[in-house]
Amino acid sequence: MRLDVDIRKKAFESASGKRHEVLSDVSFSLAAGEVAVLVGPSGCGKSTLLRILAGLDHDFEGTVERPLQARLGMVFQEPRLLPWRTVDDNVRLAAPLADEEALAKLFDVLELAAHRSHFPGELSLGLARRVALARAFAVDPDFLILDEPFASLDKALAARLREQIATLVANRSAMTLLVTHELDDAVRLGDRLFFLSARPARILRVVPIATPRAARSEAEIATIKADLALLNLAAD
Amino acid sequence: MLRLLSFAIFLATWWIAALLAGSTKLPAPPAVMQVVMSEAASGALFFNIGVTLARVALAFSLAITLGIAIGYLMGRVRLANRLGDPWLILLLNLPALVVIVLAYIWAGLTEAAAITAIAINKVPATIVTLREGTRALDTSLDEMAQVFAIPRWRAFRHIVLPQLAPYIAAAARSGLSLVWKIVLVAELLGRPNGVGFEIGVAFQLFDTPRLLAYALSFAAVVLVIETALVQPFEARLTRWRLRAA
Repeated sequence: MRLDVDIRKKAFESASGKRHEVLSDVSFSLAAGEVAVLVGPSGCGKSTLLRILAGLDHDFEGTVERPLQARLGMVFQEPRLLPWRTVDDNVRLAAPLADEEALAKLFDVLELAAHRSHFPGELSLGLARRVALARAFAVDPDFLILDEPFASLDKALAARLREQIATLVANRSAMTLLVTHELDDAVRLGDRLFFLSARPARILRVVPIATPRAARSEAEIATIKADLALLNLAAD
Repeated sequence: MLRLLSFAIFLATWWIAALLAGSTKLPAPPAVMQVVMSEAASGALFFNIGVTLARVALAFSLAITLGIAIGYLMGRVRLANRLGDPWLILLLNLPALVVIVLAYIWAGLTEAAAITAIAINKVPATIVTLREGTRALDTSLDEMAQVFAIPRWRAFRHIVLPQLAPYIAAAARSGLSLVWKIVLVAELLGRPNGVGFEIGVAFQLFDTPRLLAYALSFAAVVLVIETALVQPFEARLTRWRLRAA
């Protein structure tokens, strides 16, 4: 399973009729079991890129080749839960094939077990984000898209969720695409980091991390982060 | 408790007004009650109310089903909206009487004509409400359904329908009250039974107690149906809202 992306141009027409170029010459490919992390200034077009990759936006120049049978799991920037369905039903609606045991384990890990029968309106944003994560994991995806999944979560929980994603990727050999602002998340999770420019987004630099995720020591992570900071690419 | 009080005030007002106006114009509550009892004893009251209710049920279901389907279509498909809009405006503003009379002339004084005429009066308002509801659908949830490859029917049932539910409830609520009103006119003009027919007869004989007996019995039935069926249904549809923190 493999994702090949070659987007030459993506432009938007704003309400005032002006055309804004959002993406130009973004091309990369992603193999199964690999985690790509997109880092770039806010508003540079990361979410637009994700929408194209998720198949929600077809209005661009270029090609995106993604295996048709690939199951897609996505965490949007906002939780996008159904307010009129319980947490449990929200997850089950997206993942009707998930078995009870796997779901129970997933809810356990995300510390949602006590909230399964709650409605999303009763949850804090942090909890709702975790439900959105549970939904994406529950479908057992081949292709996982995470649009800033750790925003507004506390550090300890973010760390646990990172572990979860790492486990999932290792077990399923899913292709994973993560958008984040946190260099720390990027370095701990990514196999390759893509640094994007401001609008229109181009890939400024690709930084591969050779050491396997599980084997990365704190010292090594600190070194990589320091190196990246020197490059001064991850400016907000 | 408050409802009882308000009902008692209504009765008292009626009684005083009856004393002032005289029994030919406004009979006192016992006189009307007497007619209700005798009509009930003969079975005519239940028969006529039953016939009327059946017409309401049929016309209402027909109208709400058609209205939801067409309204959803017009909300989703631009072409359907362009084609349907002029007709919608026409029907929306066409007086109920015109529709009923024309239906009787074209289709004869039949049950089908009566029910169709009542339904036609109700459909446009349902379409307008549902079209608005469809336009207000949250596209971000549609995208979610698309990403997770939720089958069309499941997405409609779990994602679209709950969003339309308040609009459907509103259309049903206003629609039911419209049907209650129009059904009597349709019966008066071209049916040999039903509450509307009886009221027509009472009007011709200037039989005010009889007129009030049927009108009030009908109102009572409407009240019971609204509180026992419609309101719990609405409460159920919006239960996730009430529980929201």
